[in-house]
Formats: sequence, structure tokens, C-alpha cells
Amino acid sequence: MEKWYLMTAVVLIGLTVRWTVSLNSYSGAGKPPMFGDYEAQRHWQEITFNLPIKQWYFNSSDNNLQYWGLDYPPLTAYHSLLCAYVAEFINPDWIALHTSRGYESQAHKLFMRTTVLIADLLIYIPAVVLYCCCLKEISIKKRIAKVLCILLYPGLILIDYGHFQYNSVSLGFALWGVLGVCYDWDLLGSLAFCLAINYKQMELYHSLPFFCFLLGKCFKKGLKGKGFVLLIKLACTVVAAFLLCWMPFFTEREQTLQVLRRLFPVDRGLFEDKVANVWCSFSVFLKIKDILPHHIQIIISFCFTFLSLLPACIKLTLHPSPKGFKFTLVSCALSFFLFSFQVHEKSILLVSLPVCLVLSEIPFMSTWFLLVSTFSMLPLLLKDELLMPSVVTMMAFFIACATSFSIFEKTSEEELQLKSFSISVRKYFPCFTFLPRIILHLSSKQDSPSQVIVSMTTLT
Amino acid sequence: MAALRVATGAGNWFSALALGVTLLKCLLIPTYHSTDFEVHRNWLAITHSLPISQWYYEATSEWTLDYPPFFAWFEYALSHVAKYFDQEMLNVHNLNYSSSRTLLFQRFSVIFTDALFVYAVYECCKCIEGKKAGKELTEKPKFILSVLLLWNFGLLIVDHIHFQYNGFLSGLMLLSIARLFQKRHMEGAFLFAVLLHFKHIYLYVAPAYGIYLLRSYCFTANKPDGSIRWNSFSFVRLISLGLIVFLVSALSLGPFLALNQLPQVFSRLFPFKRGLCHAYWAPNFWALYSALDKVLSVIGLELKLLDPNKVPKASMTSGLVQQFQHTVLPSVTPLATLICTLIAILPSIFCLWFKPQGPRGFLRCLILCALSSFMFGWHVHEKAILLAVLPMSLLSVGKAGDASIFLILTTTGHYSLFPLLFTAPELPIKILLMLLFTIYSISSLKTLFR
Repeated sequence: MEKWYLMTAVVLIGLTVRWTVSLNSYSGAGKPPMFGDYEAQRHWQEITFNLPIKQWYFNSSDNNLQYWGLDYPPLTAYHSLLCAYVAEFINPDWIALHTSRGYESQAHKLFMRTTVLIADLLIYIPAVVLYCCCLKEISIKKRIAKVLCILLYPGLILIDYGHFQYNSVSLGFALWGVLGVCYDWDLLGSLAFCLAINYKQMELYHSLPFFCFLLGKCFKKGLKGKGFVLLIKLACTVVAAFLLCWMPFFTEREQTLQVLRRLFPVDRGLFEDKVANVWCSFSVFLKIKDILPHHIQIIISFCFTFLSLLPACIKLTLHPSPKGFKFTLVSCALSFFLFSFQVHEKSILLVSLPVCLVLSEIPFMSTWFLLVSTFSMLPLLLKDELLMPSVVTMMAFFIACATSFSIFEKTSEEELQLKSFSISVRKYFPCFTFLPRIILHLSSKQDSPSQVIVSMTTLT
Repeated sequence: MAALRVATGAGNWFSALALGVTLLKCLLIPTYHSTDFEVHRNWLAITHSLPISQWYYEATSEWTLDYPPFFAWFEYALSHVAKYFDQEMLNVHNLNYSSSRTLLFQRFSVIFTDALFVYAVYECCKCIEGKKAGKELTEKPKFILSVLLLWNFGLLIVDHIHFQYNGFLSGLMLLSIARLFQKRHMEGAFLFAVLLHFKHIYLYVAPAYGIYLLRSYCFTANKPDGSIRWNSFSFVRLISLGLIVFLVSALSLGPFLALNQLPQVFSRLFPFKRGLCHAYWAPNFWALYSALDKVLSVIGLELKLLDPNKVPKASMTSGLVQQFQHTVLPSVTPLATLICTLIAILPSIFCLWFKPQGPRGFLRCLILCALSSFMFGWHVHEKAILLAVLPMSLLSVGKAGDASIFLILTTTGHYSLFPLLFTAPELPIKILLMLLFTIYSISSLKTLFR
């Protein structure tokens, strides 16, 4: 493509920002006895390298599940094993059984950060670049700008390269899935998405839109002919993918059950810590956790989640389209985040990825949402001493989006795609004009420089 | 909110570029910093805690004050802000003190003073004529020049990682160049005089300024064939220029003249005991000379032409900063380097005098002076290549020939800065930033001149 050099520059900027953020502290740095997510990942390398597969998910004298037991699906375990082989080559002390607990050193930090960068470079970043390059309806400059904005999204950078996690792997696989499915490479798309689910079970938040979209495609092709063939092929792909990942754990029933128990810890409660969803916010006024019994909590959260995502999924099944698919991803992930059981604040990343995908269609709302989503993780980031990188990356993201998409210029109801919504609300509430007025006020056009200076001085 | 909205409007790409690079500089705060960090902390302490009479005599730390007085006053002004961050850094005896607040203050002072550099780039962009006005934004010369200057790899790693204050000093130089382009000669001369008293390394390019101002400003008109018209000499202009330089120097050196400390100040400013080459060799002529000397001495020892007892033990390759003698080739004295530099500068000075081509000719002469001094100077740091790279950027968006020279100069010059950052965590940063700058500069200039 022409202007390839600008695309390269943008990717290099994204990589530079990632690495400079990784120079900061990580979760649980210097905080014995439990440390944090960084130590969890190191511990998993230790466990997967030193113990046989049968013992990875079971409690034993060598594998104390209370100390960061494995609670992600098998693909994470295989990835940890791969990293462990490299670690053993460089310095076996990093993953020695028992003795390497709480191991912290500059060289080890460098190694761990490099593993995140390599995983990102191989899976997430190519997906983002390819996704934006394939968007035929916007200009090349806008495509490059979109890559810049998505790569600068602060939430993912701060969690993966600051707090320390491997979300870019699962989100990258999910994005490959979206790519495949949107451009009619259904089998590869569903394979990629199965890999995503088998890396982190939270990707199930995205599974319903995938299912409905593919089902809708099958219906459109006609269930008596091509559609049915497609359905069978998809089913086989999914089953094969799961079999491949879970093969060592399907040998015994107890193995499979134990892994499932580790993946879905239903006895942990409605929510933990502070998370920006409905149940946690509600508990400020009404302590649901204490009032309702456990199984009722599960049922209520299930009902609310299911009811809230039903309309979008039904629409997608009846009228499958790539644009509808992306918006349904946003909507379903948001339903799960707001109403589901045992949601962590980091799960907002699962909503942020689909919002990044629609950045060029509703720039103002997307930018706003993505900034707020990063802000919602602030308590976690402050605990990891990541205040400076958070502020800087949020400002960089805001500037990138504002200059690329002129978000303050296109704020009429029509451009925000809120026209039909506003019209239908105004049928019942004729006075509903405050939302557009608020947005207009926040971004009101001021022509003369003196007015600008006046407004600047009144701000300070 | 409204200010940000103005700054990020669709037309305001310059502020977006400037803000973007500033945020990147903030992200570089926790990177490795060299001994220059301690140097500047020490100078903050000296200027804050001691009276002026002690500034150039203080030697508790090995990093004595060796910049001209204006820079000392600059550190003095900074120290008054520093005391709100961490009082302890202003103690002369707190050697190698680097608390997190000290680090934050020092890094932010570099980022903040870079504002002058941003303003200078803005002024330089105004001097560039966009020949093809109808082109889209990323192919306009102004845009490319802004990126090449604001996101310059050398400045980023020398100022914001290694730690120095080259940003605002280069800003002063670029601003004085811009003023000369805008025919505001007095301001340009004033700014350069001030710059000289901030960091005397800019003496390297003083001949270009002197000859240009004399030839093209003091002589107000030329004959039709371009040669000098002696009767158009304007004494008024010469006197006013001289007055500017005199007043600035008086302001700077006056206090030390009154205290009879000038010899001490000059011995600090021009430390010839430091040796021909720096610990890390700058890639200049003397590096080749010393390498050749080493090769010849090894060959000589092998062929038994040299007596091993006569070969000195300390060699230039040991990474030490000291005076020493060459073995086979004649030893080089500071005077010899000065003569070589003058000989190298002479052709460009002649051209500037006999065939003045206005501000562009001056800029070419300036770059050649900087490069000649880099090649033949005494105790040159590899960072001195930035003196040539930054002004060259202004020429690179003008003509295709200049662009190709610029690309060679900047790529090799920046690569020669790599040994400055030798720690493992900084390795990806320097590679990524180098790739970013090199790929962008080559491709954008190629697109501009296709």
C-alpha cells in the first residue's frame, strides 16, 4: 500500500510507548508474601515446566493452588510452558520448583516484559494493522490514524505492560476471529476465536455475537443447502479446536471437571474489589451480597445478562452484517460486564476491543468510552504505581483521536448516530433535547482567538 | 477543555506533533541516566548554595562547572524551583544524590525548557516556502520539517535519556537562524551572542555568523555582479552589532572580570588537559588517526621495528580521558587541531565572503563549520554531531541533493550515538526510535522529491 512508511512509523510509535510503559513497576513488586499477577505468571512457568500435565490443575504438595493456582484454560498453560523453556535456557533459577518463589531481579523483569512484547508483536499488532488496512470505506490516512489510535489505547497497554498480563494474546486471537468472520473466512475466523476462548475463558463474553452472526449467515444461505454445510463445517472446526487444546485433559473425567472448576469459581461471590458494574455500584445503597443467598445471586445475574443481550443477538441472527456484528460485540460484552457474575475490572478490556473497532464510525462516543474505561481501572493502576504512565498515555490517546477524527467537529445528532434514538425518545419526552445540548456545549465552536483566550482563562 | 479542543483541531497538526513528542518525553522519565545527571545536580547545588566568587573554584565533586556564566545563572534560576521538590539535592556534599523527586524535577526541567525549541521550530517552519501548496498535509515540507526537528532521534536520546539540556540551546540556535532568514539581523546576532555564553561549543559556528553579518549586513548593497561594494559599508550597523556582542559579554563575564577570576573561568571552559579524544571516540578524523597509529604500532612491534620499552602503556583505546602521546605518528597538539579546523573552514568562509547567497548560503557555511570542527576539533564528543544535523534538516526539505546528504549524515550520526545508551532496558527504545526516525526521514523525503 502507499504510505506504508506512515503505517510503519505508527506501529513503531505503538511499540515504543509499550516498551517505555514497561520500564515502570509491575503488580505486586516487592510485596511478599503473595506479590501479584507478575508473580502468578512466573509461578505458572514454574509449575508447567516442573510438573507433569496431570498435576497442573490439581492441589498437591508441589502445587499449592492457594498460591496463584492456574485458573485459565490450557492454552495459557502451554504458553507459560513455552516461556519456561526459554527461561530455563537463560537462567534456571527463575523457574526452579519451590525455591524461585517471589524471585525478582532486573534481568528477570526484562525477560518477562520481552515475552509480553513478543506475544503482542506476533498476534495482536498484525491483527490490528490488517483489520484497519481492510477497511475499504475510509481513506488511507484515516486507516493509518485508526491504527495509531487503537495501538495507543491506554487500557490495554497499562494492564499488559504495566500491571503485567497477556491480554493481547486472547484479544489478538479474538480480533483475528472478527477479521475472518467479517470477510467470509468463517472457518479460520471461528478457529481463531476458539483459540481465544481457550486462552482466557472471559472471551466467552464475545461468544454469543460470533454464534449469532455465523448462525445468521447459515440461515441466509438457506438451511437446506449451503447453509447446512457451513453449519456442519463450523461445528466440526470448533469441536476439533477444543479437542486439540484440551486433549491431555479429556483422558479422565476428573481432569476435565477439575479444570472447569478452576476456570469457573462459582463460590467466589458476585464481585470482588471495586469494579464499575451494576452490582458493585448498587451495593453502595443496597448490600446485595449480604441480603440474597448465593444461588439467587447467580440466577439474578444470569437473567439480567441474558435479557439485556437478547435484542441485539436476535437482530444479528435475523440480519447478519459485519457492521451489526461489531456493534453487537460491543453490546453483548457490555451486558456481560455490567450484569455478570465475578467480573473483574480488567474485563472492561473485553468491551474496549470492540469499541476500538468502531472508532472510525462513532469517534466521539468511542473516544469518550475508551478514556472512561481506562479511568475505571485507575485504583488498580495506582496500586501498581502507574499514575504517570496512565496520565501520559490517556493524554496521548486523546490527542491522537482528537486530531485524527476531528471528534469535536462532528457532534450533531446525526453524526453521533443517535438520531433515531433521540426521535423515538422525543415521542414520549418532547423535552429530550438536553443530551445533544450538553454535547454541543462541551464542544461549542468559538471563532475568535479572544474568545478562546477568555475561555482558557476562565478554565484556569 | 476548550484549550485542548483548539490545540487538537483538524488544522492544528503542529501542536499535535509538539504535544505528542512531549508526552513521549514524559514516558522516558524512568529510563537510564548518565553521569551528566549528577553533573547538573552538582551545578544546581553549587549555584544555589555558594556565592558567585566560589562558582568556578568549587571542586568537591569531580564534575566542576565548565559552561559559561549564563548557564550557571540558568542553573541558579532552576535551583529556586528545585528547592520545592527536594531540598537535599541542593547540598554540595550530597554526591550522586538521585531521589525520585530529584529525578522528576530534572527530567521535567529538560522537558519544560524544550518549549523554546518548539517555538524555534515553529519559526523555522515559517521560513520554509511550500512550493507545492495544494498537496496534502503529510507531504508538505513544513510538516516533514516539523517531524524531523521535533522528533529528532539524537535530541530525544541525548536530552531525555542520557540527560542534557541541548533542546533549548539548539532552540536558541535555530531561532537565531530563523531571525537571520527573516532579515531581523540584530535579533539573530543577539540570540547567538546569548547562546555563546550558554554553551561555548557554539564557537564552532561563530565564524559563519561573523563573516555573514559582516558581509551581508554591514555592507548594505552589492554590485550588479554580486561582488562587494566597498562604499556601501555601514559603520552604524557594525557598531550596533559590536555593541550587542559587547553588552552580552559584559553581562556574562563582567562579574568574573570584577572578581579577577577570568583566567580560572577560561581554564574551566577550555580544559585542554582532557586529551585528544573522549572516552568514547567521536567518529572524527582523529579517531581514524589514532586507529592508524595503533595499527602501525602493532605492526611495528610484530616486525621488531619498535622497541617495546618505548611504547607507552596507556593507550587511547583504554577508554580513559587523559593526555597521552601517539607512538608511530606525530603527536597532536591543540594548536594543530585548531590549524586543521581553520584550514577546513576556509573554503566555505571564502564562498560566504566572495559569493554571498543570502541566508541559505549562511546556513550552508554554518553546517560546514560545524562539520569541520567535529572532524578536526580537540576533545570532541559524539553528541556534537547534533550541531550539524539540526540545521541540515532545514536544508533537507529544500533541495533533493541536500536531502540525500542529510539522510547520510543523520543516519550515520544518529547511529554513532548508540554507545551512549548501553543498558539492556534501553536497547529496544533506541532501536525502535532509530528505526522510526530513519524510515520516516528516508521515505518522506523521497516522497517529497519524487
